[in-house]
Amino acid sequence: MAPPKTQRLERPRGAWADPLFRAACAGAATFVLVALSGIIIFLTVDGWPALQKFGLGFFTSTEWNPVTDIYGAAGPIVGTLISSALALAMALPLAMGIAVFLVEFCPRALSRPVAVAVELLAGVPSIIYGMWGLFVLAPFFAAKIQTPLMMSVPDGSWLSKLIQGVPNGANVFTASLILALMILPYMAAVFRELLLTVPAQVRESAYALGSTPFEAISKVVLPYVRTGSIGVIMLGLGRALGETMAVTFIIGNSHVFPKSLFDSGSTLASTIANEFQEATGMHSAALVACGLVLFMITFSVLAIARGLLSAQRYG
Amino acid sequence: MNRRNTLVTLAAVMACAGALAACNQNKGASAPGSASGPSGADVSGAGATFPAPVYAKWAEAYKASSGVGLNYQAIGSGGGIKQIKAKTVDFGASDKPLKPDELNAAGLYQFPTVMGGVVPVVNIPGVAAGQLKLSGPLLASIYLGAVKTWNDPAIAKLNPGVKLPSMPISVVHRSDGSGTSFLYTSYLAMVSPDWKTKVGASDSVSWPTGLGGKGNDGVAALVKQTSGSIGYVEYAYAKQNHLANALLQNKSGAFVAPTAEDFAAAAAGADWEHAQGNYLLLLDQAAPKAWPITGATFILVYKQQASPERGAQVLKFYDWAYKNGDAAASALDYVPLPDSVKAMVRKQWSTEIKGPDGKPVYAAQ
Repeated sequence: MAPPKTQRLERPRGAWADPLFRAACAGAATFVLVALSGIIIFLTVDGWPALQKFGLGFFTSTEWNPVTDIYGAAGPIVGTLISSALALAMALPLAMGIAVFLVEFCPRALSRPVAVAVELLAGVPSIIYGMWGLFVLAPFFAAKIQTPLMMSVPDGSWLSKLIQGVPNGANVFTASLILALMILPYMAAVFRELLLTVPAQVRESAYALGSTPFEAISKVVLPYVRTGSIGVIMLGLGRALGETMAVTFIIGNSHVFPKSLFDSGSTLASTIANEFQEATGMHSAALVACGLVLFMITFSVLAIARGLLSAQRYG
Repeated sequence: MNRRNTLVTLAAVMACAGALAACNQNKGASAPGSASGPSGADVSGAGATFPAPVYAKWAEAYKASSGVGLNYQAIGSGGGIKQIKAKTVDFGASDKPLKPDELNAAGLYQFPTVMGGVVPVVNIPGVAAGQLKLSGPLLASIYLGAVKTWNDPAIAKLNPGVKLPSMPISVVHRSDGSGTSFLYTSYLAMVSPDWKTKVGASDSVSWPTGLGGKGNDGVAALVKQTSGSIGYVEYAYAKQNHLANALLQNKSGAFVAPTAEDFAAAAAGADWEHAQGNYLLLLDQAAPKAWPITGATFILVYKQQASPERGAQVLKFYDWAYKNGDAAASALDYVPLPDSVKAMVRKQWSTEIKGPDGKPVYAAQ
């Protein structure tokens, strides 16, 4: 009548694999952390000489002179923030429109293919956007929009100050336009996923109370995903901040503050892409420091996004 | 258990990160290979992008005739200098010659291979290609932003009979660091004291005005799209894309057009014999036909070759290219070196580059 002791002592088959499996998974996770800390350490160590030499001036000065070895990254920092913010302002309404259409109005049969097409757009390589921007968008913009606009605005008005510049289409505005195109599919796709999380009851209740579709969406559905939307914005912003090749092609690449919307500027990423290849000594340290600044900006944006997205999920 | 695992992971991260940092610091010392470079029969080199197409062409023909291949990585001149200093390649390549003291400090020797030049290109309504005449100081004033319109008296004086529009000058420059910008700014610094003090010469500078295009194609696109603009590109790029060039006044006072003969004239007239360490920019040469913005591209090798065989392979390749490579270079719109310069470089090889035993590694015939 003794209990089947032997059976209890016997280890289940395959038990030896468990610790191995766990170790492998832990290893994979550790690898990412190691890579991340490796990057931070590299950026800090190699960028340190520039940060140490120029101190706060690195963030406040616009003098970027490889000949005299004096570097202030204020121009690229501001250019990065302006171009990303502008891109976001252009992309956000469009992305919301696409997502709302796909979730609320699009016939079921069409919805899936259109959603896939939007996601495919996100996969177009950035260099393609850059070439298209430089060879197609910039000349078109210069001839059909910038020049007529500059002609029609009275000299000396605040508007003319806003849009002054060389009419050739390579400026902060067109760079932002390209950026907006690039982050649009990405934002639309995530926004659509977000709208799909709205429970059917919520939507149906709104309609049951007699809401029009516009009222239901603007007063019930969108407020429901409000926190998450901020996360989407941050994700789009994170992408726009780091975008390199397309911007390099079309932003005009000057290291000073852009004087107007149609003036040339530069971003942190475009500066690095332009100059890193030939840089030595302090120049190279300054570029790595630019990388560190960009990393910090992107990192904080993504951290905020993470926080807001998880608040949405559980809140 | 969770907490313990976290601790273990953290410890691992710290350890690995520490190791990484250590690697980083030892980068120079622990780089693979000695002066002999990586093992294998092929010659390895890295550096300038400008001569990469002709080096590839030469390598192809050389492999067919000798069986030895060339592994050349076009990573940019700065990268080429870094790589040869780290001794990861048999030779480095740079569009910008190293100054004699820098060469000596690193124990390096440099020699030119082919030449090219920089050509100002313009887009002015009503002015045909090759019609506009410019001088060096005027070019500097334009790039300094001092001369702002095309009908400025300074431009009109050099161009009697040309109808110049009253149009703002849009200046276009390279945004990426490049040997082309180095040559161009060096020339401007040479002919304009103002440029020298305000801007200086380097592969990327703080441009006082204008906007930057990435690469030759970026500059060309911006010039084409902007009427009233001026830019500068490599000679080969300007020729192959039929860009409207301007004529430049050289040191002798003549207005010259960028052609292969005018580049060769600049190199032939240059004073190579007295150029210490072959540090010579072929800018603003006195020859009557010389194109003022001409430059050679250079190869860097160690004077003391740890492995004479590998050193010999590099020299053998370039000796072969000197003898057989001119047609291929011209076909790609590079300018071959004059024979006198080649003969001088060959002679230097036998006196400058030695193996551990003190004997020359290669004697050119």
